[in-house]
Amino acid sequence: MGVSFVLYALNIAIDIKEVFMMCCENTTAPTPALPRLGSPAPSFEAVTTLGTLRLEDFKGSWLILFSHPADFTPVCTTEFIAFAEIHEDLRQRNVELLGLSIDSVYSHIAWVRNIEEKMGVKVNFPVIADLNKEVATAYGMVMPGESKTETSRCVFVIDPNGIIRAMVYYPLTTGRNMQEIIRLIDALQTSDKHSVATPANWKPGDKIIVPPPNTQDMAEDRVKEGLECNDWYFCRKEL
Amino acid sequence: MACINPDGTLTRPGRSILEAMRQPAPLNQVSTGSGVPLYRVRSVIRELLVAELAYADGELYQVTEKGIEKLDS
Repeated sequence: MGVSFVLYALNIAIDIKEVFMMCCENTTAPTPALPRLGSPAPSFEAVTTLGTLRLEDFKGSWLILFSHPADFTPVCTTEFIAFAEIHEDLRQRNVELLGLSIDSVYSHIAWVRNIEEKMGVKVNFPVIADLNKEVATAYGMVMPGESKTETSRCVFVIDPNGIIRAMVYYPLTTGRNMQEIIRLIDALQTSDKHSVATPANWKPGDKIIVPPPNTQDMAEDRVKEGLECNDWYFCRKEL
Repeated sequence: MACINPDGTLTRPGRSILEAMRQPAPLNQVSTGSGVPLYRVRSVIRELLVAELAYADGELYQVTEKGIEKLDS
């Protein structure tokens, strides 16, 4: 009786182990949580073309952290030239640029030198050499459906307090629009400064959206404020 | 290191940042005085502190004797 029970229990244990091996052993490692709007940007320390930089080094400035698939590729080259051309406009808005790809720092150096030599454009912003994909993984820049070895065209706008304020993802085939990036920065900074929202296609100088009232009193008062209202919830004003 | 060349001499940003710290200065002032962006000043100063070419006194940074020797050599 005792021996039968032990054998019975042993069989159950073997069955459980087989079921576990079938269902669980081949599962992939857990995917790291992706960055979220309004959450702190994942911290990092990374080798760049301008030395070792940490996320915290950018505290007090806005930061555009962007990735590109690979050095010495045509679309990425057009984007690097375009980013270099808006660099000064961004700096005037207290925005720094930081590039990233899964290439070595020597490749980055050779590429930015090549861009200067062949295209006449100097790239002055740092570029992370993320060979171990540490930063790319933390920010979810690799899209395995597109490529397992390259980062997609991602843009993370991080505010002076280290909070992620906007994320833009473009596929490998499609270069980004620099004017939209500047417009996005202008809109975010305007929202912060004036506690307002910006409508579709907004650009500096356009009317902004007044946040909807939260109470009936506020809705009634709003009509008297001389705002340009289509209805009580939909008001615009000049800044 | 971003502040010291392999031959032991100071790099361009390393030199200009150290020059801006001949007198005790906060980070913002070092950035303005050196013409180097603040994020890079923070990075280079980390290395200057490790190399004992600069020291921190609260929020002020200043070149050390060893740093002055590097600057004047």
